[in-house]
Amino acid sequence: MKILMFGWEFPPHMSGGLGTACFGLTKALAGLGHEVSFVIPKMLGESGSAHVRLISASGIPVRKKSMETIKIFKGLDIRLINSTLKPYLGARSYDNGMKKKSSKQPGYESGRSETDASQVFEISPYYGPNLIAEVIRYAQVAGSISQDSSFDVIHAHDWMTVLAGLYAKEKSGKPLVVHIHSLEFDRCGEHIDENIYYVERFGMAAADHVVTVSQYTKKAIVHRYGIPADKITVVHNAVSRTEAGALYHVEKNPERKIVLFLGRITFQKGPEYFVEAAAKVLEKIPDVTFVMAGSGDMMPRMIERVAELGIGKNFHFTGFLQGTEVEQMFTMSDLYIMPSVSEPFGISPLEAMIYDVPVIISRQSGVAEILHHALKVDFWDVSEIANKIIAILQYPNLVAEIVEKSREELHSVRWETAAEKIVEVYHRVVH
Amino acid sequence: MTLICLHFHVHQPQWLRRYTFFDIDHDHLYEDRERNLTILNALSEKCYLPANRMILDTIKRHEGKFRIALSITGVLLDQFENHRVDVLDSFMRLADTGCVEFIGETYYHSLAFLFSRREFREQTMLHKKKIKMLFGQTPRTFRHTEFIYNNELANIVEKMGYHCILAGSADNVLGWRSPNHVYQPAGCRKLKLLLRNRRLSDDITVRFMDTQWSEYPLLADKYANWIHTMGDMGDVINLFIDYRIFAEREREERGIFAFMRSLPGEILQHPGFTFRTPAEIARNLDPVAQLDVKDNIASSDAEYNVHDWLGSSLQKDAITSLYSMEAKLRRRKDGGLLHTWRLLQEAENFHCMHTGKRADGDEMDTFSNPYGSPYDAYINYMNIIDDFSGILGKKRSSTYERA
Repeated sequence: MKILMFGWEFPPHMSGGLGTACFGLTKALAGLGHEVSFVIPKMLGESGSAHVRLISASGIPVRKKSMETIKIFKGLDIRLINSTLKPYLGARSYDNGMKKKSSKQPGYESGRSETDASQVFEISPYYGPNLIAEVIRYAQVAGSISQDSSFDVIHAHDWMTVLAGLYAKEKSGKPLVVHIHSLEFDRCGEHIDENIYYVERFGMAAADHVVTVSQYTKKAIVHRYGIPADKITVVHNAVSRTEAGALYHVEKNPERKIVLFLGRITFQKGPEYFVEAAAKVLEKIPDVTFVMAGSGDMMPRMIERVAELGIGKNFHFTGFLQGTEVEQMFTMSDLYIMPSVSEPFGISPLEAMIYDVPVIISRQSGVAEILHHALKVDFWDVSEIANKIIAILQYPNLVAEIVEKSREELHSVRWETAAEKIVEVYHRVVH
Repeated sequence: MTLICLHFHVHQPQWLRRYTFFDIDHDHLYEDRERNLTILNALSEKCYLPANRMILDTIKRHEGKFRIALSITGVLLDQFENHRVDVLDSFMRLADTGCVEFIGETYYHSLAFLFSRREFREQTMLHKKKIKMLFGQTPRTFRHTEFIYNNELANIVEKMGYHCILAGSADNVLGWRSPNHVYQPAGCRKLKLLLRNRRLSDDITVRFMDTQWSEYPLLADKYANWIHTMGDMGDVINLFIDYRIFAEREREERGIFAFMRSLPGEILQHPGFTFRTPAEIARNLDPVAQLDVKDNIASSDAEYNVHDWLGSSLQKDAITSLYSMEAKLRRRKDGGLLHTWRLLQEAENFHCMHTGKRADGDEMDTFSNPYGSPYDAYINYMNIIDDFSGILGKKRSSTYERA
């Protein structure tokens, strides 16, 4: 089968959880003999993978006729003003880091250059304040791409590419599968951006089928977006061992255990519950080190809170880690905690497990549905988080059992299984 | 004549409360009294009272021809005495009929036999006294918690004066041999061994509810028919059944009470069949052969061993920690502490720490674990052990203290 896939992230071109998932999934699809063309907003440097045909939306000419804005979708009304959208709230560090680079990189800034009958867009893939404009430009380019390539099905990941998927469907008449990795409610709680919510709802309603990463998210889609349950298929994410790379031989210090939080320091990830639990643990066991790795809009508040609690001596902020730093961090850690307030899936606990690190995960996460050998907590139950942290630090038999069973369980968490389910969905919508 | 041995085991674990690390050294109450009382009341209304009434009626109707055996744990009898005297009365009325044999076991539904012989004997003696006091019978038959069984157990039980012992479904030890005979445990001279008929027992305890089963719905006449056709092939048919089959609402709706009420009549229609209690069977029948069971077998475990209770390192760690306190505990000569320690021996606590697939095929998370997960069960239990060690004098050495 030939698949035209739209995604905002693909390693090495920007890679958060979404990019990691897209990479794993497409690789497994290719392994099953399917051809994937993957449209990303813009190539940065060389293309990384051979298993997909990566297409950069930037630089593709768009016929002026198809510039008739987004109004083509009846009932979808989004305002094209300078909104301060942040699809992954608190991705500020990404922005900052990238802006420095972009200033030295002429032609990086989004914009257009006109030729006679068509325009060429530069699309910024970064989650900046003009994201919605980028999303719309990307969608317009999608129309052009869909006319030029032959494919059987369109697959769009998350709201940023939903419009692109819809355009491609409109132009080609091919079925559209919308794949939801996270919802506006996950990212922002109740303080959602209505524009994004509308795009999500409109996209899922217009799609031929919706795929999502957990029963948890499926429920939210049914209840908050009114999409019928039989139109939604749950395909849990996986993790590939190769992503983990070479193991670092870091000697763990048995006298000083490390408890790790690694992720964006944002509302969604529940960093404050980690800090509060740390304080409770330190009351009982004074020589534990807590590490908060990552960055995000709640970082300053977290630093203040740590100071207030007087636990700075045992609490470290590493800032944003990437690549081998992440691997090293996992290797050094004795426990990984994901206290997310709302996590559609959450791949990082699986990554921690690759390094034989036991995990405590929020029950409000999709990954909890597939992990039977992780300790589970309600994110708000700080005492229980602390209780379980202490249990891990205190009971070596518990760690041994969890690590052993987790290794077995990881073998069954494979992208191939996910890809097979996705192909079933394709067969349902392709006539 | 084929003898039908119908045995019900009655037990209800005393669950432990949620006990966190922060409770250690502050709070020494371990039982979840409220929850246990709620369960006791619910089961009294749904199960114990109506089932006892039904059994009593059926016994009276058959004028001595319908006879059963009951085992009730000491911890549950305590609960009845403290909170539900009405239920205790209804069991006493069953005893009054003379058609019910009360069976001995460990008082605290424990696995003490595997860890401390002294503790095992004491608990068995305690239970014996309790049964004598409440029901006026001295138990002649013994069954171990979860029907765990091996040669050694049989030999100890014989020395303790029992005449008969019940064991789980021993298909793998039996090989081609039938469970429908009386056996003699290897090394024993008097003790008789009765083995659970797995298929016929599970028809009632498991398949009765299975709408996919080709024999669904199971009716008493059909079931009696199976028993009758089996008669030629044996002397006894041992049906060992958990009394909680009467507790499930769904099972009740599908007629478990009606089934049990009419089953004796259906079976007795054939003159070659009659009901006998284990002690009666032991008196009347000679063993057909010796049975050599070196390794533990158990009832509810498909692997016929104690894997479900002691298979994982969590289970082993928890139970070893518990029994390693025995010497120190006994030196204290404190009845209250001894009782608490014994409550912690409840086998179900270890069952709840079973990780991985359970032998009955259920994934561990479909089994409704009162502690949430096996890991939660372990953490909770070890926190309690830590506190209890503290009371006994010396804290259990733990990682962070060594560090």
